[in-house]
Amino acid sequence: MRFEDEPVPGYPLPILPGHTSPGRFERVLRAGGFAVTTELAPPDSADPEEVYKRARVFDGYVDAINATDGSGANCHMSSLAVCSLLTRIGYAPIMQISCRDRNRIAIQGDILGGAAMGVCNMLCLTGDGVQAGDHPQAKPVFDLDSVSLLDLARHLRDEHSFQSGRKISFAPRVFLGAAENPFSLPHEWRAQRLAKKVAAGAQFIQTQYCYDLARLRSFMEQVEALGLFGQVYILAGVGPLRSAKTAEWMRKNVPGVHVPDALIARLSGAKDQAREGLNICIELIQAIREIRGISGVHVMAYRQEESVADIVERSRILQGRSPWYPERDATQFSHRTAT
Amino acid sequence: MYAVRAWSVRHARGLNAFYRGFEALLVGMHGIFRTLGYERIERPVAGVEKVVKGLLFDCRMCGQCVLSSTGMSCPMNCPKTLRNGPCGGVRDNGNCEVKPDMKCVWVQAFRGSERIPGGVAAMAEVQFAVDQRLQGRSSWLRVVREKTKNGPPS
Repeated sequence: MRFEDEPVPGYPLPILPGHTSPGRFERVLRAGGFAVTTELAPPDSADPEEVYKRARVFDGYVDAINATDGSGANCHMSSLAVCSLLTRIGYAPIMQISCRDRNRIAIQGDILGGAAMGVCNMLCLTGDGVQAGDHPQAKPVFDLDSVSLLDLARHLRDEHSFQSGRKISFAPRVFLGAAENPFSLPHEWRAQRLAKKVAAGAQFIQTQYCYDLARLRSFMEQVEALGLFGQVYILAGVGPLRSAKTAEWMRKNVPGVHVPDALIARLSGAKDQAREGLNICIELIQAIREIRGISGVHVMAYRQEESVADIVERSRILQGRSPWYPERDATQFSHRTAT
Repeated sequence: MYAVRAWSVRHARGLNAFYRGFEALLVGMHGIFRTLGYERIERPVAGVEKVVKGLLFDCRMCGQCVLSSTGMSCPMNCPKTLRNGPCGGVRDNGNCEVKPDMKCVWVQAFRGSERIPGGVAAMAEVQFAVDQRLQGRSSWLRVVREKTKNGPPS
C-alpha cells in the first residue's frame, strides 16, 4: 500500500487517530495489510556503510527491519545506533531492547534517544543469558524483564514520565512490541503469557521461528479464547533452514527453536537441501497466512539475508504492494523535477 | 536446597495455607513490633526469614516476596530473575536454558499455582520491576507495615 503522505526520508509521518507512532509499520498493520518484517544482524564494525549494505538487500520487500540488541549475547554494534543510521535515510526500524545489558536508567534513556532519532517501533525483550554468547564472563543485568520493560516504556509514552514519576517534556511516540515463543514449555501457559504482555503494553508480537503448524494453530486458538484478537497484531516468525544438519543443530543448540522430525526428514531426502529449505519456508508462510489472527510474518534469515526477497516474492504475501524504501520513488521524483 | 525447593512446590497448597495463618499472626503482633521499633527488629527478623525461606525456597531475600503468586516457586532463582513468566528458552524437558540441570522455576511455578486456590489467576497479574533497595530486608515486616498502614518499609 502507498500512503499519500509518504515521508521525506528521516521525517515522521503524521500520527493518525488511534495510532501511537508516526511510523509506517503501525500504519500497515492498522490498515489491515499483511505485514512483513525482517531482521538485520548489526555488524561487528564501526562503519555505517556496513549497516546500509545489510539493509539494502531487503529493499522493496519488508515493512520494517528489526535491529537486534546483542543477539545471542554476542557483542555487535548497538541496536540504537543501527536504528539511528536507518532512520536517517527513511527506513522503518524496530529497535530491539534487551534487559540483559542495561538497567532501567540506561533503558529509559535509550527509549527517549531512539524516539528522538526517529525510531517508531520498539521490541521489548528479556534477552538471552550471557552464557549463550561470546562474553560469558560479563555481568547479567536483568534489572527488568520483558513485561516490566513494556510497562515502563508505555509509562514513558502515555504518562509522560519516568518510572520515578519525574515528568518528561515530550513523550516518545512509539509502537510497542514483544516476543513470544508458542513452541516452548509450558505450552498451556504461553497464550496467557502473551495476554500479560498485552496487558503491560504490547501492541504487536513477533514469535520465535514457527516450524510446527499444529502447535501454532492451537496457540492461536488459545489466544482467541483469551479475547486477544483485535488487541494485538501477531507476526509469526519464519526462516529458511539451509540443510538438515543446520536444522538438527538449531534444534539442539538454539534455546526455544523446535523443528519437527518430518521437516528434517524432508530436508535430508532432498537433492538440493538449501533449495528445499526455501520451499519449506514459503509453504509455511502460505499456511501461516491462512491462520486466523495472524497479521504478518517476521522473516529471520540469519546469514542468508539475501534469500528474504526471494521468499517474500515467491510466497506472494505482499499482493503486489511495494513497501517503501529509499530509492522507491526516485524515478517518480526525477520525473516531477523534469516537468 | 534444590530438593527441598521442589518439595515446596509439590506442597504449595499447604505452605500457602500455612503462610496465610502466619501472616495473620504477624499482623496481629503489629502492636508489639511497633513498641520494639520496626527498624530495631528488622535485622533479626530478616535473619530468621532468610534461614526459613532459604531452606524452603532457596530464597534470595529480594524483600518483595511474591511466592503466593508464583506457586511457591521463587522467581529470583531464575538466572534472568524473571518475575512475569518463563522466557522462550525453556528446554523440551522443562529445564532451564541457562542451567540445564535445573527445572525452569516458571514451569515449577505453573505447577504450584494450580495447587493454590486462586493461584492461577494470581499468575496473570503483572509484576512490576523489583525495588533493589529492599534487597536483604524482611518481606514479612514489610507486609505487616503495609497491611497496618504503618509507614513505608524504607
